[in-house]
Amino acid sequence: MNHLPQAWGRPRDDVYGPYDASYLQSGHPQTHTKSPIVTGTSVLAVKFQDGVVIAADNLASYGSLARFTDVKRLRPFNSKCIVGFGGDVSDMQYLDRLLNSLDVVENYSSEGHSLNAKNLHTYLSKVMYKRRSEINPLWNQMLVAGLDGDDKPFLSSIDLLGTTFSSPTLATGFGAHLAQPLLRKVADDESKVAGVTKERAIEAVKECMKVLFYRDARSLDRYSIAIITKEGGVELKEDEQLEGQSWAFAETIRGYGRTQEV
Amino acid sequence: MDSLLGSNPTLASNPAYSFSKAPYNSAADNKEHAFYPYTDNGGSTLGITGEDFCIIAGDTRSTSGYSINTRYSPKVFRIGGDDETGEGAHIILSVVGFAADGTALKERLNAIVKMYKYQHGKKISVKACAQRLATILYGKRFFPYYVTAILGGLDEDGKGALYSYDPVGSYEREQCRAAGAAASLIMPFLDNQVNYKNQYLPGTGEGHDLEPRQALPLPRHDVEQLVRDAFTSATERHIEVGDGLQMLVMTKNGIEELYHPLKRD
Repeated sequence: MNHLPQAWGRPRDDVYGPYDASYLQSGHPQTHTKSPIVTGTSVLAVKFQDGVVIAADNLASYGSLARFTDVKRLRPFNSKCIVGFGGDVSDMQYLDRLLNSLDVVENYSSEGHSLNAKNLHTYLSKVMYKRRSEINPLWNQMLVAGLDGDDKPFLSSIDLLGTTFSSPTLATGFGAHLAQPLLRKVADDESKVAGVTKERAIEAVKECMKVLFYRDARSLDRYSIAIITKEGGVELKEDEQLEGQSWAFAETIRGYGRTQEV
Repeated sequence: MDSLLGSNPTLASNPAYSFSKAPYNSAADNKEHAFYPYTDNGGSTLGITGEDFCIIAGDTRSTSGYSINTRYSPKVFRIGGDDETGEGAHIILSVVGFAADGTALKERLNAIVKMYKYQHGKKISVKACAQRLATILYGKRFFPYYVTAILGGLDEDGKGALYSYDPVGSYEREQCRAAGAAASLIMPFLDNQVNYKNQYLPGTGEGHDLEPRQALPLPRHDVEQLVRDAFTSATERHIEVGDGLQMLVMTKNGIEELYHPLKRD
């Protein structure tokens, strides 16, 4: 036997000629890509005295390419709740179908009683935790906004690991770094929520969408925004344009490829 | 050698393989980062028992990396009580580490403790519950719940009982235990202040002949103060600890909940 273990068990070249390697599979096993492909960026939401405001832009990126510019990432579930999706868009569409079928089943089986935002959040967190436990995650982070069983404002987050948390203001993705500190100025504590008006909450969210468009390279100036209240149900606007942009600050930027004097 | 390998044109000067590629070195070549099903949500927990009570506390911050997810995400739970209020619970559980596993573990133990009551018509003892929790954790030995659990309650004699765990279920009954991100900061403090480690009675001898100070069960007021001190100090020195301190105190009268603000920086 020769001294190359790699050749053991293979036909000898001197007897049979060079082995036709095309019959062999490549050296390593076929692996499944476990990363998102077409992605959505931040989702923002703030609770106010009688509801929740939630927003996300209409962009689906393919890496750094702005691939689809009219993707609706806020999905209303019923008159009490809405889900905002960040992360993989195809997984979002799967979850959307899943929620659709859940809604159909619920509408047939329950008389007048509908699932609230808290129920929906529990359902989604179980789906996400089960999938992560199978090591086959749905690559999303979601915000569930709406009203709970007592018609109080409800806002909570779920991610691909099944981690859940709730806060008066929430932001996913880049927004967790850029928008969350700004939103916390509006309501940094559950006790402050009662003092936040609808107008204040909308203004804060719109301001943050602007900041994100300035600094997040995977963002867009067209966005969706929804307001959920007991009186108005889910008021969803899906084709809003970012207002009051000012790029004056761009003049002051030095570095990043700009020379010192232009 | 030539007769064996020389006919392979590409590898005439090198050792040849009759298959397409050199051995595949997975460590060097595998650039794709596989999905990792765990994360660390930071925070710390702490449990101390006294003569007739048991306190379990935890900070309420939830983190991911340098970001704060929320300032109020409780890590200490009532087990076996009402779904909404926790009324009627007789066991306290704290979980710190990966929050999603912590929630899953809490919900499983809660369901088991309730089923025990429905099936046997009596509440599960803390001792039995502690053994059961170890079994649950060990049941996932090869895909563990990535959490450090502390279980507390009152034992058959009405004395404070505290059990601490590792993620795969090895457990022990103790007087006090700190867990989580700041465990290494809090535990030595507890050793000294609860079990009086390294404390000696003055004037009882020279050098090693000094008599150690005997540890006694502490009164509830002192323990609550120790817990607050432990957490304010841990908040100063650990970035993942802060925002709020939640304390559950188990006595023969049931479970009391206390909340103290911590620094939010």
